Amino acid sequence: MKFFLETDNNSNSVNLSDIPVLNYVYFSNMLISFFKEPDSHCLSYYAFKKNNNLKFICAVAKDSNEKIYLSSHELKAGETALKSLTPIFPQLHIFEREISEKFGIVFEDHPWNKPVRYPYDRSDKDKVMNNYPFFQIESEELHEVGVGPIHAGVIEPGHFRFICNGEKVLHLEIHLGYQHRGVENLFLKHDNGIKRCILAESIAGDTAVGNSLAHCQLIESLTDFEAPEDLQIERCIALELERIAVHIGDTAALCTDVGYQLGQVVCEALRTTIINTTQFWCGNRFGKGLIRPLGTNYPLNAAVVDEIVKILTDSGERYYDIAERIYSLPSVLGRFDDIGTVTTEQALSIGAVGMAARTCNIHRDTRINHPFQYFRKRKPQIVTQEKGDALARGMLRYLEVKESVKLIFDLIDQWKISEKSTSKPDYNYKLKPNQFAVSVVEGWRGELCHFAVTDEKGNITHYKVNDPSMHNWFALALAVRNQEISDFPICNKSFNLSYCGYDL
Amino acid sequence: MIKEIKILRRHGIQYVPDLKEAFLSPLFRGRPVIKEEPYNTEIEILIKLCPSDAIVTEGGFGIDLGKCVFCKECAFAFPNMIEFTNDYKIAANDRNDLIVRKGDPAIKLNEGIIRPEVRKLFKNSLKLRQVSAGGDNSCEFELNASGNVNFDMGRYGIEFVASPRHADGIVITGPITENMAEALQICYDAVPSPKVIILVGTDAISGGMFKESPAVNRKFLEQYPVDLYVPGNPVHPLTFINGILSLLGK
Repeated sequence: MKFFLETDNNSNSVNLSDIPVLNYVYFSNMLISFFKEPDSHCLSYYAFKKNNNLKFICAVAKDSNEKIYLSSHELKAGETALKSLTPIFPQLHIFEREISEKFGIVFEDHPWNKPVRYPYDRSDKDKVMNNYPFFQIESEELHEVGVGPIHAGVIEPGHFRFICNGEKVLHLEIHLGYQHRGVENLFLKHDNGIKRCILAESIAGDTAVGNSLAHCQLIESLTDFEAPEDLQIERCIALELERIAVHIGDTAALCTDVGYQLGQVVCEALRTTIINTTQFWCGNRFGKGLIRPLGTNYPLNAAVVDEIVKILTDSGERYYDIAERIYSLPSVLGRFDDIGTVTTEQALSIGAVGMAARTCNIHRDTRINHPFQYFRKRKPQIVTQEKGDALARGMLRYLEVKESVKLIFDLIDQWKISEKSTSKPDYNYKLKPNQFAVSVVEGWRGELCHFAVTDEKGNITHYKVNDPSMHNWFALALAVRNQEISDFPICNKSFNLSYCGYDL
Repeated sequence: MIKEIKILRRHGIQYVPDLKEAFLSPLFRGRPVIKEEPYNTEIEILIKLCPSDAIVTEGGFGIDLGKCVFCKECAFAFPNMIEFTNDYKIAANDRNDLIVRKGDPAIKLNEGIIRPEVRKLFKNSLKLRQVSAGGDNSCEFELNASGNVNFDMGRYGIEFVASPRHADGIVITGPITENMAEALQICYDAVPSPKVIILVGTDAISGGMFKESPAVNRKFLEQYPVDLYVPGNPVHPLTFINGILSLLGK
């Protein structure tokens, strides 16, 4: 008996009917066999309506062999109860919550079945933003602190509820959903290829390149299109520029939070030079418009390459100077070291991905474990940290910038000798019918997963987006336990998770 | 200490001295220019092509910057008719002025409809409370950048503040989601009168790519006049700062 369908991040889409449909007991056992190894984690587990049934699909990524495993189970109309798998695999908590919120499925024994984002098409309209069921502890010695949805700075909205004993945080609950725009359903409504691509860019503006690349890769796997080598290289360069820019910007923000002004202003200025390079390339500081399906409007050229090399050489050096200063200053270290620690065990159990995982010494980077585009031929060196604290998250950014700069220089060398294609984007693509497609891209936060299902006419009937923040918000909640509440801003900033990517 | 002095020396002077005359790279997608009016068949193609319904046909062919997501696909398709210039001064206080037609001059604020109290009270100091209501975080990034070491709008007394009680107005980004509508209203009510409303980004001005989504609730905007529309996807810091400077008459 076949338990799963094996695929990888570069294969074309698969026939939806080839994904085995298991009974729930087999399905659970299959997951147990995967998740007992720490090199496997859940990319996504979600449900959609198919005919009268509810079809649940789970995608598991195995890091050691670059494979992705797809499996499914179904519920007939009217059936609403399933035994929760979260008690065995805490990393599934968010996915079961999402399914439960949307379709009203009751996951029995789920320890934390809270609303996720209050989508407009949720099953229970009586559940509204204002009556979120916060965890509470009765005690005369404890108090609660509520922060948000609107925060002090110019950032996105989200509500944080702390339960504190004096200054010490016992528990943090994160209530999101304020940014919910109904992105996934708009992918179905928009039949035009440009609209879809721009929608992907707007999922999270700070990850415009990452999300549009994940989307285009998905579309290309549904059209059997293999991007020519130069286009692959260009996309990788764009993705790394985005990573460098955000990491430097985050370093500035971390310095702001601990009052180290030199670090703040220098990094702010350096970030500007990087995003202005992206603007020089494509006319937009965030890389909007740069990634398009089946081609590009802004092919890389010699002038852009020279600018990238010049800026990265100069800004790179300046960033290394200031970063080494930042992370050797006792006054800064005192605020980062041992603050907001997440242990490796915790990170593994919640299925942390991307930066949050790598700061806990988990070797999880889809550029290496599930390579896409030109990363198949030129993989970066993995960068990890061991302690999982705010310092590790700061240091990781510094080291990743270093690695990305090196990577871009190599990619540029490869680009110079690659054959130049001149493929323009094509928005009138025809998608293959009855398919299931998966696409994973390592954005600067971590893995961005896009999934699509097509019907017999090749129309997209279901679209799913998974931001790495889906996995990682829980890491922030764990990080602040037993910390001073005044350290929350540093913890939050050091993760810098996405609100709109999560709320969709 | 010596290391820090070295870093500072290399950091040099970063601020943009003249924010009104700063030059952006030629490819920056700012104000479009219609060089030649398309014919009906071409207009039909453009309407189908445009991802955010920014093509206007009433009263002559035009592009509505309040709806435009600046993807430039129209100019790629018809390069001899439409061109995107790097003119970043595209903020307006009259919604209709955001529609660009053939032969239109640069976009300017309509002095006649600026409320007198805005200039009287806020000219030398404008404190703003920003509310992201479904924004994708790129406009928020650019608003933060408006106050950074490069653009430094603080030099004009323009600043973002933490509390609506300290603010003279609100700056809205994002299409205004249903889930954020109430918080936005509470925040607006907490700002003392008189107050301004500034919409930043295409999403805020028209709903952008999300205008048809049932998750969006734009009723808030039906109640109050808007003092400034700042288009962009995202808005460039220079667009935002110059827009406010024009509003304040600086």
